[in-house]
Amino acid sequence: MEFFRIRKDIPFMKHALVFNAISFITFALAVFFLLTRGLHLSVEFTGGTVMEVAYSQPAELAKVRDTVAALGYPDVQVQNFGTSRDVMIRLPVQKGVTSAQQSEQVLGALKAADPAVILRRTEFVGPQVGEELVHGGLMALAMVVVGIVIYLAFRFEWKFGVAAIIANLHDVVIILGFFAFFQWEFSLSVLAGVLAVLGYSVNESVVIFDRIREAFRKYRKMTTHEVIDHAITSTMSRTIITHASTEAMVLSMFFFGGPSLHYFALALTIGILFGIYSSVFVAAAIAMWLGVKREDLVKPAKKEGDPNDPHAGATV
Amino acid sequence: MNRYPVWKYAILVIVLLVGALYTLPNFFGEAPAVQVSSAKATIKVDTAVQQRVEEALKAAGVTPDFVALEGNSVRARFDTPDTQLKAKDAIQKALVPDANDPSYIVALNLVSRSPLWLKALHANPMYLGLDLRGGVHFMLQVDMQAALTKKAESYAGDIRTALRDKNIRHGGISRDGQSIDIKVRDEATATAARNLIADQFADLQVTTTPEGTEFKLRASIKPEATRRVQEQALKQNMVTLHNRINELGVAEPVIQQQGLDRIVVQLPGVQDTAKAKDILGRTATLEVRMVDEGTEARSAETGRGPVPFGSERYLERNGQPVIVKKQVILTGENLTDAQPGFDGQTQEPTVNLTLDAKGSRIFKDITRENVGKRMAIVLFEKGKGEVVTAPVIRSEIGGGRVQISGRMTTAEANDTALLLRAGSLAAPMEIIEEYTIGPSLGADNIERGIHSVVWGMVAIAVFMCIYYALFGIFSTVSLAVNVLLLLAILSMLQATLTLPGIAAMALALGVAIDSNVLINERIREELREGVSPQAAIHAGYERAWATILDSNVTTLIAGLALLAFGSGPVRGFAVVHCIGILTSMFSAVFFSRGLVNLWYGRKKKLKSVAIGQVWKPESDSAVAKTN
Repeated sequence: MEFFRIRKDIPFMKHALVFNAISFITFALAVFFLLTRGLHLSVEFTGGTVMEVAYSQPAELAKVRDTVAALGYPDVQVQNFGTSRDVMIRLPVQKGVTSAQQSEQVLGALKAADPAVILRRTEFVGPQVGEELVHGGLMALAMVVVGIVIYLAFRFEWKFGVAAIIANLHDVVIILGFFAFFQWEFSLSVLAGVLAVLGYSVNESVVIFDRIREAFRKYRKMTTHEVIDHAITSTMSRTIITHASTEAMVLSMFFFGGPSLHYFALALTIGILFGIYSSVFVAAAIAMWLGVKREDLVKPAKKEGDPNDPHAGATV
Repeated sequence: MNRYPVWKYAILVIVLLVGALYTLPNFFGEAPAVQVSSAKATIKVDTAVQQRVEEALKAAGVTPDFVALEGNSVRARFDTPDTQLKAKDAIQKALVPDANDPSYIVALNLVSRSPLWLKALHANPMYLGLDLRGGVHFMLQVDMQAALTKKAESYAGDIRTALRDKNIRHGGISRDGQSIDIKVRDEATATAARNLIADQFADLQVTTTPEGTEFKLRASIKPEATRRVQEQALKQNMVTLHNRINELGVAEPVIQQQGLDRIVVQLPGVQDTAKAKDILGRTATLEVRMVDEGTEARSAETGRGPVPFGSERYLERNGQPVIVKKQVILTGENLTDAQPGFDGQTQEPTVNLTLDAKGSRIFKDITRENVGKRMAIVLFEKGKGEVVTAPVIRSEIGGGRVQISGRMTTAEANDTALLLRAGSLAAPMEIIEEYTIGPSLGADNIERGIHSVVWGMVAIAVFMCIYYALFGIFSTVSLAVNVLLLLAILSMLQATLTLPGIAAMALALGVAIDSNVLINERIREELREGVSPQAAIHAGYERAWATILDSNVTTLIAGLALLAFGSGPVRGFAVVHCIGILTSMFSAVFFSRGLVNLWYGRKKKLKSVAIGQVWKPESDSAVAKTN
C-alpha cells in the first residue's frame, strides 16, 4: 500500500503568500478572541474551590445552583462534567472562609437536598499558587522558545530557528484562540499539552529543514524555491502518516480518557492539525522570506574533510 | 552491512530482560495487608515488633503470606480482605492495649502481590498518585515572617537580660519588625553594647546611628541565621505534622518539603478531609507545672488515696503516675527551643531548653523559691496530658537556659527534646492548596488511562502492520518494547504514576512511532530510487537517524522546560514525557534495527523486503528529471 503517489514536486512556494495570508488571518482572529473573550482559566490559575459530585440520577443543574446560591455564593458555576449525573461546582475564593468550611458547607447543603449525592473530588487552590503557576507557565514557554531557537541555530542556521519558532508559536496562539472562542476550560494539563505540542510540531519543521539541507547538497542546480518544494513533497507521506498515528493516540485519549483528559486531548488535536499546516506551509515560507541560501547550509569548510569529495587532497 | 556484532545483540537481550524484570511487579496487582508503624516519635518499630506481630497472628490462628520489616513499619500480607480484618483486630489487641494511648498505628493497607524474589531485586511496582488511588492532598505555606518575628522577640528579651547582667544602661529596647532597636545615651555605652552583642549573639549584626545626642543600635538577624531559623521552623513544623498525622492511622502518609517555605502532605486513602484538616491544624500545648509533693499527693501517687484538691494525676512516659498541681507556670509559647546535648562536666546526656525573656524571668523566680522540689513538663495533645519529664530543681536558673539531666540515655534525651519541640508549631501555617479524590474516581481514572493507551496502541499497530507489512510488525514490536522500557524505568525510579503521567505515556508512544515512520519511509524512498534492498535498509536507518535526533531533541527541550517550571500534575507529565523520548530513541532506532538485522542481515542475495508496496512513477521520477 502506498498512499502518496506524487509524480512531480508540488509547487508549494508559488503560493507561499496565500498560505502566509491564511496564517496571518487565523492568527489575527485568535488574538482577537483572546483579547475580547479571554481564556476560561481553571481554578488552578485563578484560585478558588472546585467540587465534583455524583448523583444517582441525572442531576438538575438549576436546583443544584439554587442550593449553592442559597448559601451565599453569588458567583458560582454549576455544570455537568462528563456524564449528566456528574456535576462540577466552582466557587470563587472567599475571604474569611477556609476551603474546608466551604466544601463541607456546600456538600452539607447538597446532601440535605438529595442524600444520594457523593463527593467525587474537591480541589482548593489559594490565589498565590495561581499566580505562581501563570509565572511558571510563561517561564516554561520562554525556555522552550529560546532553547529551540538556539538548538536549531546550532544545528542548521538562525533563519531556520526563527522560522520554526514563529510558525509554531503561531500554532500555540491559535490553540489558545480556540480555547478562548469556545470558552473551554484552560487547565494545567492543557498548558502541558500546549507546550508538548510546541516541541512536537517543531519536530515537523525540523524534518523538512533536514530535507532542505540535504536537497541543497544533492541538487546543486535547483533554486531555493525548488529545493523547498522538493523537501516538502518528499516528506509529505511521512508527515501525514506520523501525524495520523499520533492523532490516533490522542483521539484514543479523547474518547477513552474521560473528562479529565478531554481538553488535554482537544488541545493536542488542534495543535497537531495546525502543526502540520504551519510546518509545511508557514515555516518553510518564512525561512524563504528570511532569505535562506545554499551557502548558509552547505558550508565550504565541510568539503575539506569530506571523503566523498573527488577533489579531496588535491590542494596545492 | 546490516549485521550487528554479537555484543550489540547481547545489549539488546540484557536490556529487554532487565526491562521485563522491573516491569513485572506492576502486573501482580495488590493484596490486602496490615501495616504496623510507630505512633510516637520515641517508639521504634524493629524486629521485636515483628515478632510480636507474628505471635499475635499465630495466637489468633491467622496465617499471613509473610510478615516483613520494611523501613519503619512491619507489614503482613494476606489472601483476602476477611483475613486482613481479622488479623488487624488480632494485632490491634496485642500491640495496642489502650486505644486512648496507642503506641503503634495498626492500619489497613494494600501491598504488591509480587513474589519475594522480585522484592529482593528491588523490583517494586510504581506508586500510584492520589488521582489514581484516591486520597487527600494539602499544600501548606509556613509563615516564615512570623517565625522570624518570634525569633526577634526572643532576642530582644535575651539582649535585655544580657545588658542588665553587664550593667550596661540603655534607654529602651524594642522590636521593630524583625530587628531590635536599642537606645543608648553616649558613644561609650553604644560601643560596649555593640561589643556585648557581637560577643554573645553570633547570629545578630548591629548598626549604630546617632539620633540627636543619643545613639540608636539596630540589631538584625544575619542572612545566614535567617535561613537557619527558617529551615528549623520548617523542620519543626514537619515533625509536628508527622506526629499529628500518625493519629489518623494512614498507612503511607507523604510529608514533604516543597521549596523553601512549603510543606506538602498527602494522605492516600483518607476520605474524611474535615477530620484530617482538623488534626493538621490542631495545636498541642506544653505546660510547665510544679509536682505536688504533699503527703496526700504521695499516697495518691501510689494509688492509696484520692488526688488532693488543686492537683491532677498524669502518667509519666514509663507509666508511673505523677501528681501535678493545676497551676500553670509556663506554657510552650515561652519555650523557644529544645535540643539534646551533653553536660560539660559529667558528660551525661542532657536536654537543653531555651526560654524567651518572659519565660526566663518567671522561671528564675520559680526556681529560686523551689530548689530541691520537682517540676513537671506536661504535653497536652487531644486534650490528654502526659508528663514528658519531671526533673528536680537543683538551683536557681536565670538567663532562660535550662538544662535537664540525669538518668537519661542519649536516645532518651533526643526523644525528649523532639517531643518538647514538636509539641507546637514553630510558625503558623495556612492551607494554600488542597484536593480530595474519591476512591471511585481514582479507579475510574486508572481504567480510563489504561484504555487510552491500549486502544491508541492497537490503532497504531494495526495501521503500521497493514501499511508497512513486516517492517510495520518490527515497528510495532519496537513500540511495545518502548512501553516496557518506559514502565521499567519508572518502576526503577519508583516514580509516582498519575493520570497526566499516563497521558504523557500515550503521547510519548504517539511521538515514538514517528521515528519508525521516518525510517520506513526513508527505506521505501531508497528502494524507489532503485537501490538494492540491503543498501536501502542501511541508508534508510543512517539517514533517518540525524532527523530523529534533531526532532527528539526539540521535543526534549519542551519536556525539560515543563520539568523545570511545572508543578504538581505538570511535573508528573514532564517526567514521563522526557523518559519516553529517551526510551523511544533506543527502541525505535537501536532495537528495531536489531530486529531488521536479525531477519534480513544474513540474506546476502536479498531480492526484496516486505515493507509494503513501493510505488514507482511509471515513466521517470520527478527528482531525476530536474537533475
